[in-house]
Amino acid sequence: MQNGFHKTVGTAEQRIDAIEKSTGNVKYLGDKLTKGMLHAKVATSTEAHAIIKSINTMEAWKVPGVHAIVTGDMFPFPIGPILADRPPLAFKKVRYYGEPVAIIVAEHPYQAKQAARKIIVDYEPLPIVNSVEQAFQKDAPLIHEQSGQYTKIIDNVYPVPGTNIASHIKIRKGDFGQAWAACTDTFTATYSFNLSDHAAMETRSATVEINPDGRVIVHSTSQSPYTIKKIFNQFFNLEVGKVIVHIPMLGGAFGGKGAVQLEPLAYLASNAVGGKLVKLHFEREEDMMTAPCHIGFNATVKLGVNQEGKLMAGQYTFLIEAGAYSDQAAGITRAAALDCTGPYHIPNVWCDSYCMYTNHPYATSFRGYGHPELTFAIERTMDQFANKLKMDPIEFRLLNAIKPGHTTPTQSVLTVNNIGDAAKCITRAKELIEWTSDPVSTTKDGLIRAKGVALFWKTSTTSTNAQAGAILLFEPDGSVKLSCAAVELGQGTKTILAQIAAERLKMDVSEIHVTMEVNTQYTPHQWRTVASSTTFLAGNAVLAAADDAIRQLKKIGAVALQCSEEDLEVGNSRVYIKSDPMKGIAIKTIALGYKFPDGHTVGGQVIGTGVKMQRQLTTMDKETGFGDPGPWWSVGAQGVEIEWDERNFTYKIIKAVTVMDGGTIINPMTATQQMRGGIFLGLSIASGESFEFNEQGVIQNPDLRTYQMMRMGDQPSEYIVEFIETPSEDGPFGARGIGEYGVIGAAAALANSLSSATNVEMNKLPLTPEMIWRMKGEAYDSVQF
Amino acid sequence: MIMSNTSKYTVIPLLVNGQSHDVMVRSADTLLHTLREQIGLTGAKHACGNGDCGACTVLVDGKPMHSCLMLAVEAVSEEITTIEGLKHSEMRQAFVEQWAIQCGYCTPGFILNCHALVKEHPDADDEKIEEWLQSNLCRCTGYYEIKQAVKFVLEMNKKNG
Ligand code: FES
Ligand code: FES
Repeated sequence: MQNGFHKTVGTAEQRIDAIEKSTGNVKYLGDKLTKGMLHAKVATSTEAHAIIKSINTMEAWKVPGVHAIVTGDMFPFPIGPILADRPPLAFKKVRYYGEPVAIIVAEHPYQAKQAARKIIVDYEPLPIVNSVEQAFQKDAPLIHEQSGQYTKIIDNVYPVPGTNIASHIKIRKGDFGQAWAACTDTFTATYSFNLSDHAAMETRSATVEINPDGRVIVHSTSQSPYTIKKIFNQFFNLEVGKVIVHIPMLGGAFGGKGAVQLEPLAYLASNAVGGKLVKLHFEREEDMMTAPCHIGFNATVKLGVNQEGKLMAGQYTFLIEAGAYSDQAAGITRAAALDCTGPYHIPNVWCDSYCMYTNHPYATSFRGYGHPELTFAIERTMDQFANKLKMDPIEFRLLNAIKPGHTTPTQSVLTVNNIGDAAKCITRAKELIEWTSDPVSTTKDGLIRAKGVALFWKTSTTSTNAQAGAILLFEPDGSVKLSCAAVELGQGTKTILAQIAAERLKMDVSEIHVTMEVNTQYTPHQWRTVASSTTFLAGNAVLAAADDAIRQLKKIGAVALQCSEEDLEVGNSRVYIKSDPMKGIAIKTIALGYKFPDGHTVGGQVIGTGVKMQRQLTTMDKETGFGDPGPWWSVGAQGVEIEWDERNFTYKIIKAVTVMDGGTIINPMTATQQMRGGIFLGLSIASGESFEFNEQGVIQNPDLRTYQMMRMGDQPSEYIVEFIETPSEDGPFGARGIGEYGVIGAAAALANSLSSATNVEMNKLPLTPEMIWRMKGEAYDSVQF
Repeated sequence: MIMSNTSKYTVIPLLVNGQSHDVMVRSADTLLHTLREQIGLTGAKHACGNGDCGACTVLVDGKPMHSCLMLAVEAVSEEITTIEGLKHSEMRQAFVEQWAIQCGYCTPGFILNCHALVKEHPDADDEKIEEWLQSNLCRCTGYYEIKQAVKFVLEMNKKNG
């Protein structure tokens, strides 16, 4: 009672990793130095699309220190998380510039690098598919001739053989054709942008060692430790129990570290040198050109309204650029389809979402999993349509905002529990951005000030059996060790889980010691640390583990205190009698079992375990999309204010507003960090980031100098973050996921503000001054004089 | 010191965080590589190797330097400070208190650079702060909290005269 439990949920507890990170003590993967380790380097393709006629390794072998060279013919089997379409090393053909064609293992990294340059590949070039639009054309060169024969690893992926379509997902809700014909007004527009990069500050790396007893020890910068085990089991025929994966804290991930690419390569490398410890580390250029990136996108949106301005029909055609292999782009294709309308109630929906192969680096999940992209298209359309209808864009959104009782595109029924309050979010964002009837004005310096808003939603598209587990081990001093497989990648998840445990156990949060690293030998299963699912899944698992521990504490306490378990309560590091709190026993006295004065004992170490699994989620019907794909929908609204200089097309972001309904907020400061960082990332991508390809399909800006990310001073001058907390019954203490959400509306809000400022529809990204100048030029040219 | 560009190793002395180390280097080894691999000071990070991100920032005679762009042999007889040598700095504390840390990968480089900034420009205004910190990239925070940390230390220093 005295030794201070205070309510921790809802409190800005300091992050438990902050001090260690500030002193440089945290050991990221690259900081674990092991003498005697061998180093691997990949030799990569110099063609975007070509047949491999031969690979000559003779010169490479002559480099001193080389131990092994592995080429694609040594493991010619395609792997993948959704559709197994990617050989770890190119086999028979290459499909993107930068694709691994061989691995060299040497004593020192520089030797491996020298040898990699000496691998000579004889290519027969093939015609290149250099854009997603080209990929979709009927006579486009085929990138995967055998796509019909690839193994499907999970449901809901439908390749169309004989085309570059890796998957086609359909939504058919209501009767679109009839509804469209009955609409009093309609609007159609097309949007597009190229592939870009996650650019986490820590690049990817992995080490693998194969022990003589058959155990395979993997260390990786991964968000998916258990997926690595699964893939090693499926494709290398290894026993799941013999694959042990360690994940240290990550230096940022943003979805890019959910893909499994380096680990199989490092395994093949280690295998080639008799199982010795081998490290494969990607330098920045490799991390950008060879490792998976952020999808490209092309969308056509058609919306129709009735007389009152209510949306009656929506049609959506998405071309999701997967690049050379489908990886998570196949899942993103599905995720974009199932939330295609945005947070609007539309009774008649028709969506074709295509996952498209091109001869570009392949894409994987990126923070928001298709939603920032989809929201850009939807929210630009909402603004343009509102203009056409002569309605205020926020009023138009409010009129159509989705509510409990409505259904999603896949016909999931929304309830007060599973969706946040969209109308409240946009209304509050409107106030915070100080929206007026005319969102454009001119400053005294002659700059044009304009505002733009976006409303968005997203469900957490996990697999239907996604789950997480947690273990709480009590120490002799009554403190608790919390172990689970959630990866700390900067989002603060370990702090949140500690708070959830402390709140339920009514302990001080400083008494919860969270294992920061993941070691699959000790940590229970967790699906992956993606999809904003950790607070919900791992958080609920921690609650269940705490309840389990409380039961055990009461059981031992009841014997020690000579009363029944029902009489007892746990809190403030004690087990005590509810009606007489002064009578009790310290947890530390019973944490490892209780010893009576005469030496007899009862109980043993208190170990609480808990698991949370998604329930009642379903796959989607192939023809209509019908199904329940996610547990809840978090909603939010964002607003951006810019100052645009019409003389040189540059602009400055003045203000960035985020209003988010994420249910109960466990830690307002880490949540704010996520929202600020999220909108920042979204604005950075939208304002400047894009891979530039030449005619040969080669990235022209594969480093942090030429790939333009926001630097200090480019960020919004002011960030405003607010939360609306509509609790979710299923979430821990009412929390929903929020990790990805800050990024989702950024591009749309920025493009909306710039469209108002420039008077030209900004339907392409990134919004660099040059792009704005071009789009303005195109609009000017298209005017008939 | 004259060294030929070979794969042969030479022993050189480096003064890091007030302590002298004899390290074995090739002439092509960067200061970053040597600090990390030879001395075991892994606080400075390799994130681009190209001078573009500042994750490798250390102080050389008090001036922030990209240690990925400096050879170890160039650092002989200079005074080098890494994050491990700034454990008790106000800037480190401010980064924690102002929530300027998420994944933490950019953090050591930023703290060293910010530390140098407030020493060099005790009156830095917004513009100066933003200009000075252009050399470092952070992908997580959105820079707001980092700027707050710098302002906090500047204010504090002014108050304490
Ligand atoms: S690693 Fe030195 S500047 Fe990026
Ligand atoms: S905190 Fe992650 S890069 Fe700065």
